Amino acid sequence: MKISFPRMGYSYIALKWLVENLGHECIVPPEPSNHTLDLGVRYAPEFACIPFKILLGTYIEVARMGAEAVVTSGGMGPCRAGYYWVMHKYLLEEMGLPLKIIAMEMPLLNLGDFWGKIDYLRRGGGVSLKELLRVLKVTWAKVKAIDDIEIRAHQVRPREVRRGDTTRAINTGLDYIDAAQGEEEIRQARQEAMDLLVGVERDDERQPLKIGIIGEIYVVLEPAANHYIQLLLGEMGVETDRSIYLSSYTRKNTIINLEGDLFAIARPYLNEAPIGGHGVNSIAETILYARHGFDGVVQLAPFSCIPEIVAKSIIPAVSRDFDIPVQTVFIDEQTGRAGVQTRLEAFVDLLQWRRERRHKQGKKVFSI
Amino acid sequence: MIKAYLGVDVGSVSTNLVVLNEQGELLAAKYLRTNGRPIQTVQEGIQKLGSEIASQIKIVGCGTTGSARYLSSMIVGADIVKNEITAHAIAACHEFENVHTIIEIGGQDSKIIILRDGVVTDFAMNTVCAAGTGSFLDQQASRLCIPIEDFGGYAAKSTNPVRIAGRCAVFAESDMIHKQQLGYNLEDIVAGLCEALVRNYMNNVGKGKEILAPVIFQGGVAANFGLVQAFNKYLGFDVVVPRHHAVMGAIGAAYLAREAVGMKGRSSFKGFDLEKIDFKTTSFECKGCSNACEVVQFFENKNLVARWGDRCGKWELQVS
Repeated sequence: MKISFPRMGYSYIALKWLVENLGHECIVPPEPSNHTLDLGVRYAPEFACIPFKILLGTYIEVARMGAEAVVTSGGMGPCRAGYYWVMHKYLLEEMGLPLKIIAMEMPLLNLGDFWGKIDYLRRGGGVSLKELLRVLKVTWAKVKAIDDIEIRAHQVRPREVRRGDTTRAINTGLDYIDAAQGEEEIRQARQEAMDLLVGVERDDERQPLKIGIIGEIYVVLEPAANHYIQLLLGEMGVETDRSIYLSSYTRKNTIINLEGDLFAIARPYLNEAPIGGHGVNSIAETILYARHGFDGVVQLAPFSCIPEIVAKSIIPAVSRDFDIPVQTVFIDEQTGRAGVQTRLEAFVDLLQWRRERRHKQGKKVFSI
Repeated sequence: MIKAYLGVDVGSVSTNLVVLNEQGELLAAKYLRTNGRPIQTVQEGIQKLGSEIASQIKIVGCGTTGSARYLSSMIVGADIVKNEITAHAIAACHEFENVHTIIEIGGQDSKIIILRDGVVTDFAMNTVCAAGTGSFLDQQASRLCIPIEDFGGYAAKSTNPVRIAGRCAVFAESDMIHKQQLGYNLEDIVAGLCEALVRNYMNNVGKGKEILAPVIFQGGVAANFGLVQAFNKYLGFDVVVPRHHAVMGAIGAAYLAREAVGMKGRSSFKGFDLEKIDFKTTSFECKGCSNACEVVQFFENKNLVARWGDRCGKWELQVS
């Protein structure tokens, strides 16, 4: 079968390997572009959020490239994204595009369904159970290696001497991961990619501001959906960490992971039922970034996203109590890049100004 | 020759230029309409300033701000490029002591800046809505055939402002027409519009912000007495309108230039004789990878002086 999936950052490298090694042909989803968004906006309900529109656009694109099925996520709870795959299915049917949607629900919710879908893909590709386990393990190793490289790149970029060196290094490094075929090769490729990043000429005198990126999962993970915010901030000389990495669910070396109970951290501010999506996460993550000494937080929210709107109205109290500035950026197809750039520049100035006041050090741009 | 600093603020509607001396006193100011031609307007403004004061001063620092800040920095040779939020905050902090709130309403955007102890602690800009900005007022004034300069005068004469739905520019306009067709007088409608704009601003841009006095009201729209009055009424205390309210962004840029030149030594300012230089912007789509970045090129007399827009930086590096 020709299989595709939603594009979220660099994860497509690992997912491509997964699909191919399950014995299927992979249609790699193109990076979401204006064309993708145009398609999504044209066929989606106007008040659907930006992830819905970009995904729909992507599905149309991959269907036209020959994909027969897309594997995507389901979801539960008060965020409507859990039902998006159903809507996508109806819309694609209406358009006459024969694209099968395989939505993976959370395994804990319905293990039978989850396993049934994986097994369907396995049998379709003619792969043994033992081989499936090996493939999943290698895929996971790729996911982790990709995240490690990206995390490092966001630390290196604000210190680079020539703009673009880090971006070129990470692109080459990811090509190594793409070419790696087993766990040992991935280990080596990861090391080579890290060496490339370490080799980027840096100015270690700089003391970059640190900003945490929080918000709804899709706009946090897909740079094309968030105006390449980490690249943008990195090139302004800001070190960024984002709250969500695909591999962060099982590990401790990312600042935000699900080992700690985010609900417990958010409870002083939100004692009610979970508000769905990543709303509770956004509240808890603001607290965590403040505790880790970050200078500020940027919240990314799709326009009309209820969980993030609820979080936004609670965050000012968190921001005050923990003394950490938070800037919310709402994203939809109307959002102009210039407006985002201006707000981010002003936010970085605000943080720099605060830091100078506090430490009376560094370059004095705001010595009034 | 007096040492002076040039500040340039190129917005969507107006282009403002100021010259400050070392002490921060305003030596000259120009307020021009951008008319969709930022390059020509900046050239014209610089030329006019030059013919007025070039013989008495020497520009030792230059800063640009506003939505065309990067473009104008390449035209004039700026020492610092800053966003308009920071520029407005810097200007207000120099002109007044202990500023707590800045309300700035310009041609196409409006912002609020919150300061505590001389540091910006929070800010907000209007997002996708044009209600409550200068352009909307301009449009309504011309629809009512009132010169925009007289708009405030009409509002001041009102004794009983009508209530107009101010949530959105489109609704506001249709509600205004509705009230006008019911026979309300012009003064009350104009005053009602001012109040609607203030409500919209407070519920939109000012949402959730702690607005403490002193509140400085700057931007071109602060010239409108009707809005000043409406803000006073809403807040329950008087807002302060700076003498040079319309050019505060440019003043901020000039102050920032003073700081920047202090650090870097000498200015890159190209001089007042810009009119004969031919500036041009073109763009192309890079075919290097699937990103297909739109690369923008800036030419000065057919010489390529800057390129940007490529995410990997490969085109940018080929210039210098």
